[in-house]
Amino acid sequence: MSHASEHVAAPAILKEVNPAHFPRATLVENNRSFGWITDKICGIIEGKTPTWWWVCFILACFVASFTVIGITYLVATGVGVWGHANPVNWAWDIVNFVFWIGIGHAGTLISAILCLLRQKWRTSINRAAEAMTIFAVVCAGIFPVFHVGRVWFAWYLFPIPNSNVIWQNFRSPLEWDVFAVSTYGTVSVLFWYVGLLPDLAILRDRFLAAGNKVRSALYGFFALGWRGSNRHWSNYEMAYLILAGVSTPLVLSVHTIVSFDFAVSLLPGWHTTIFPPYFVAGAIFSGFGMVLTLMLPLRAIYRLEDLITQYHIDCMCKIVLATGTIVGYAYGVEFFIAWYGSNPYEGFAFINRAFGHYAWAYWIMISCNVITPQFFWFKKVRENIWFVWVLSIFVNVGMWFERFVIIVTSLARDFLPSSWGYYSPSIVEIFTFFGTFGVFSVLFLLFIRFLPVMPMAELKAVTPQADPHAGHDHP
Amino acid sequence: MPAQPHGLIATFDTVPDVYHAAEQVRDAGYKSWDCITPFPIHGLDKAMGLGRSKVPRFSFVGGVIGFTTGMSLIWWTGAVDYPLVVGGKPYFSPMFAFPVAYELTILFTAFATIGGMLFLNGLPMHYHPVLKSDQIMRGLDDKFLIVIDARDPKFNLTATKALLEKAGGKDVSELEA
Repeated sequence: MSHASEHVAAPAILKEVNPAHFPRATLVENNRSFGWITDKICGIIEGKTPTWWWVCFILACFVASFTVIGITYLVATGVGVWGHANPVNWAWDIVNFVFWIGIGHAGTLISAILCLLRQKWRTSINRAAEAMTIFAVVCAGIFPVFHVGRVWFAWYLFPIPNSNVIWQNFRSPLEWDVFAVSTYGTVSVLFWYVGLLPDLAILRDRFLAAGNKVRSALYGFFALGWRGSNRHWSNYEMAYLILAGVSTPLVLSVHTIVSFDFAVSLLPGWHTTIFPPYFVAGAIFSGFGMVLTLMLPLRAIYRLEDLITQYHIDCMCKIVLATGTIVGYAYGVEFFIAWYGSNPYEGFAFINRAFGHYAWAYWIMISCNVITPQFFWFKKVRENIWFVWVLSIFVNVGMWFERFVIIVTSLARDFLPSSWGYYSPSIVEIFTFFGTFGVFSVLFLLFIRFLPVMPMAELKAVTPQADPHAGHDHP
Repeated sequence: MPAQPHGLIATFDTVPDVYHAAEQVRDAGYKSWDCITPFPIHGLDKAMGLGRSKVPRFSFVGGVIGFTTGMSLIWWTGAVDYPLVVGGKPYFSPMFAFPVAYELTILFTAFATIGGMLFLNGLPMHYHPVLKSDQIMRGLDDKFLIVIDARDPKFNLTATKALLEKAGGKDVSELEA
């Protein structure tokens, strides 16, 4: 023991600590100037309409006509033209509703949660992702509205005084959902519009300078006379921060309430407490899948590589990986609880999902949602744009099947074997759902043609030359 | 006698230029002036001597109104105007009223925030002398402008012009009212 003091004579403490220096990722590559960003983004709108745009637009209109025809036929005939019948009274319509509303969630996550977390890479994708949110909510809304059967009474969903004097049943999660989804749609549009204000002002001035007074007046009308005043920016930034602050609990609550539609019921396979967080993770997972599906072609067509860099793609892939793994974990926990809870009905519901009549759907879901994202562990995969794009499609497919598995398998095999059934969609439902991809594409194509696909002001603010101290410390 | 100009406008090329010029204009004691920038510059509020934005007050009021609306709507419709037993549940409970009240809190906060922002900014205002200037297009694109209003008590055409030029402003010119 007497030697111990000799060994501690020189304590292992460094004189100074030099943390490793990791440079911040460049968000706008090739040191682009402010003017370059304006010209690049406005150029997309000001240029001649490209041929591919017309081809896609006409194709999208054609696909969208399937929804129009499907809905028209349904309204003219009755909701029975869809394939659901006892015991599966919620089927594709609710599957599609949850699918589309989930896709929307990535847009709000990017615009709100990543804003609060100061993830500056969000700037180049947030405008398009928010547009995606709004259009996805539009597609989502079609299904429950027409599922009510007599769509001309859809206004009964809202507390508007009517001749029956009766009011809505606010004890029902379905009524909560009406408020959640309509608030979500409204706030998403407002958030998007506020973000557009400064960019619309740029377009107003550029079209005026180019001599196009009509378009200048149109953009100018919606720009509300924005003039880039710093006194305005001060209030604007505060408003934007608060909107991000309220959109964060909003996006989490919307899919929570959507999951209440199931979790509050008593059906085995639905009546679980894990649903809210599991639905939210799944929504963000599917939404980022869709963001990748949309942004990668957009980046390639308009040569936006300087603005959507490999770093952005990496970040998105990692979020897909993280949320996909949460979803996979949730699948595991559901099975564990079904066994651990010792409820025979619950146990049966899960065995039936994996090995029953709908096992094919279950295994598509597992392969797409649990296995697909694991590829994103590898940098080589994240750097292969084509591979990333294909994987993002798998994510979309998998998340649609997740909702199908949850909704249909639980209803088809509930408590009493005498009331069991098997559900297959009718051709009308298939067409109606297929058409919503056209509705979404039409709206998205119009967006990229007429509105700036990236927030120019926000992009400029994340470039190095936007720093008032030009690399020096604060005075 | 020519009409009184709206004010003086100066152009700056870089963010540090306009930032330091703003500090000088602030220190010279001007109150009625503004910076025109293509994007919000970090710290420029302080350089201009602006206080904290008042938008949150509007947001708070909106949120309170939203929550109260949600709760009282459900209480009044379910427990007062037309009480109806559904599934043996109470006519009113803050528990089942919460999701709707929560969503309405967010909805009304969003309306109040945007309404408050537009109100404080005096928008929409499609007519403004600054919008008529030749520099505005660059001011929303890649240049930075400082505008000092003629109605500022310290405004003096020659002295103010000298200040802007000393601060590094280019093309200092009168802004037509």
